[in-house]
Amino acid sequence: MTRKQRRGVLISTCLVVLGLAVGLVLYAMRDSIVFFYSPSDIAEMQLAPTQRIRLGGLVETGSVERATGTTIRFVITDGGKTLPVTFTGVLPDLFREGQGVIAEGTVQADGVFHADNVLAKHDENYMPPEVAAKLKTKGMWRGDSEAGGASPQATN
Amino acid sequence: MIAEVGHYALILALGVAIVQTVLPLIGTRLRDPQLTAVAVPAAQAEFILIGFAFLALMTAYVTSDFSVANVWQNSHSAKPMLYKISGVWGNHEGSMLLWVLILALFGAAVSTFGKNLPRQLQANVLAVQGSIAVAFLLFIIITSNPFMRIDPAPFDGEGLNPVLQDPALAFHPPFLYVGYVGFSMAFSFAVAALIDGRIDAAWARWVRPWTLAAWMCLTLGIAMGSWWAYYELGWGGFWFWDPVENASFMPWLAGTALLHSALVMEKRDALKVWTILLAIITFSLSLMGTFLVRSGVLTSVHAFAVDPERGVFILAIMGVFIGGALVLFAWRAPLLTQGGLFAPISREGSLVLNNLLLTVACAAVLVGTLYPLALEALTGDKISVGAPFFNLTFVPLIVPLLIAMPFGPLLAWKRGDLLAAAQRLTAAAVVSLAVIIVVLALHQNGPWLAPLGIGIGVWLIVGAVTEIAYRVKMFDASGEEVWRRLRNLPRAAYGGALAHAGVGVMVIGLVATSAWREERIVALAPGGSVDIAGYQLTFKGVVPRIGPNYRERVGTFVISRGGSQFTVLHPSKREFTVERSTTTESGIHNGWRGDLYVVLGDQLKDGAFSVRVYFNPLVRLIWIGALIMFFGGAVSLSDRRLRVGAPKRARTKAAMATGGK
Repeated sequence: MTRKQRRGVLISTCLVVLGLAVGLVLYAMRDSIVFFYSPSDIAEMQLAPTQRIRLGGLVETGSVERATGTTIRFVITDGGKTLPVTFTGVLPDLFREGQGVIAEGTVQADGVFHADNVLAKHDENYMPPEVAAKLKTKGMWRGDSEAGGASPQATN
Repeated sequence: MIAEVGHYALILALGVAIVQTVLPLIGTRLRDPQLTAVAVPAAQAEFILIGFAFLALMTAYVTSDFSVANVWQNSHSAKPMLYKISGVWGNHEGSMLLWVLILALFGAAVSTFGKNLPRQLQANVLAVQGSIAVAFLLFIIITSNPFMRIDPAPFDGEGLNPVLQDPALAFHPPFLYVGYVGFSMAFSFAVAALIDGRIDAAWARWVRPWTLAAWMCLTLGIAMGSWWAYYELGWGGFWFWDPVENASFMPWLAGTALLHSALVMEKRDALKVWTILLAIITFSLSLMGTFLVRSGVLTSVHAFAVDPERGVFILAIMGVFIGGALVLFAWRAPLLTQGGLFAPISREGSLVLNNLLLTVACAAVLVGTLYPLALEALTGDKISVGAPFFNLTFVPLIVPLLIAMPFGPLLAWKRGDLLAAAQRLTAAAVVSLAVIIVVLALHQNGPWLAPLGIGIGVWLIVGAVTEIAYRVKMFDASGEEVWRRLRNLPRAAYGGALAHAGVGVMVIGLVATSAWREERIVALAPGGSVDIAGYQLTFKGVVPRIGPNYRERVGTFVISRGGSQFTVLHPSKREFTVERSTTTESGIHNGWRGDLYVVLGDQLKDGAFSVRVYFNPLVRLIWIGALIMFFGGAVSLSDRRLRVGAPKRARTKAAMATGGK
């Protein structure tokens, strides 16, 4: 094998691997990205029941009720619109009424959000930043500087 | 008083670091041996001063001196001693101080143990290290002073975030930082070589032990973090593809590639320019990891804007060092001569493939981590890129690497024989196929890719054993000869095989627990029971208990199997009074088939508790695999050829080893 051929093998291998990687990334970008919306955003758009989204806002005070078994219902609000949510499972430690929360799941045909994952960070002052940004635009922001408070991962 | 002395020591350290950067660089330019020699004592003085500042902060924590703002914000007098100490680095300011302390430690190590290094190279390396220290000391002193006082001093502290009060997490940041900062050695050596415009095999022999040590600590640090997330966060997961995790994983991937390319450079004097570039990339990713975690940019571009001073500062540090090193690379790299031709099918060729797949996989992780930030900054759309993205991109790129892995060590340098290597791996292939068939038979309705994954894990382990067996002529020579060869085989060979087998063990754990994990979420009243994976759990009720700085409700679950009771688990919910927050302590039973994992949830209206139960098959293999990789690195590091401070002797031995093949 000449020097030129060796270089050819090297370069074509690199191109194949890079091409594969770019293809995979583009494919994954299309299918596995989850968008973040507030209840007001969802009211303005038509979402297919199959599209996974993240829903953020405050847990409306007095809205949490435990249905049969481990299913929990609550309402997420951003000051403007509200959206009822059902979730089956164990809620995170810092899930509280009046606190910021992010739920991941799909909007069903009956207008109820089925969450399969609920996130609340481990700090009572913590507000998910997406929620804080949405609340600011809705004028519900109470303006404490601790919004970006320490999440447990911040120690890395 | 001690805080002011610590602050003063930090400022002195900054002055020393400036001297350490400037004088040796002038000295090596002017060929003035006296100026060049300043680097050595300066690096040692810098370490002593930063070490003193660190001890001062630790003293403030241990004695609960709440007049220091940092202690007040992150500690409490009722906190156990271990967490008073780990609280030093459990916050932004303290952890940055730990960062520069480790940086100075590495610099001091080069100046103390680097007596055999060429003077010029040593001085340049220490100067580059010094410049990194200058940047980060400025960052600490200007934006993140840990010694700030408050007046009047509060009566008691605000406490440390309860989820951080945990033994594994107490040691997670130090190991992670030794890894991150350890790669600064490879970076400094690379930049020093570029400044010199000269590089040879001895350079690689110097860089490899430092890179290996950093890689080992990073491996252990990441594994500890994942182990902590597994048992502390209460959802039984071990890796979330969270941007913070990716920030530590990317330097690991690049560092793994660097380890392998430095091998080619040391043995065959090839891939020089690439190795230099990789050293720069690896440390750049470490800097980026520090930036992502420390600037607040990860949670949102907006969080970055909340405290722009720190973020912009680290961004500037990143820009200067990454940009500067890359410009230097573009300017000086053409001076480096290429050497060591090799055929595509050869040990070198296999290591090039390793580097290609690792760096491309690393790039995919980088895209997934930065894309949401770029999109939010450009369009304002908020998205989350989670596990589905990385499963679709990272996994397909890394699987070919895993399959190719056992071939590499069996190929000869310069020109290898793929067919011969394949023949030697026949036994490994047969064993893996047999395992795949058995697993398929056991899990007929399970995910069909999972048995293949288990097969890959077995392939890696048996492949590593095959390599050693082949190298000692296990089946061709007499017992005496095999024993002699087993003893004479360099430790680096054992270390490499061990690390590769560790990857196999980890793959088996990852695949098994991802594919066959079972989960039950039930409402249980005292006396109720739930079945999972052949176990029966009976809930006996909840009792309150008082801990040192928390109150908890402890559940009791009796676990039985086949009708006979064999263990009791006590998951609990802890309420930390000072910090006003709760944590979940899961109850975990570690059986040989996997972990039984119980989480106690909230109390429901009718007095029952919501309870989450997982069965995670073979999950411990993930961390056992990481430990094996760590020990593989340690065995390799103990090899005489890699021992720091013996490069001359190593040269002749290495030459013999290459010549003998």
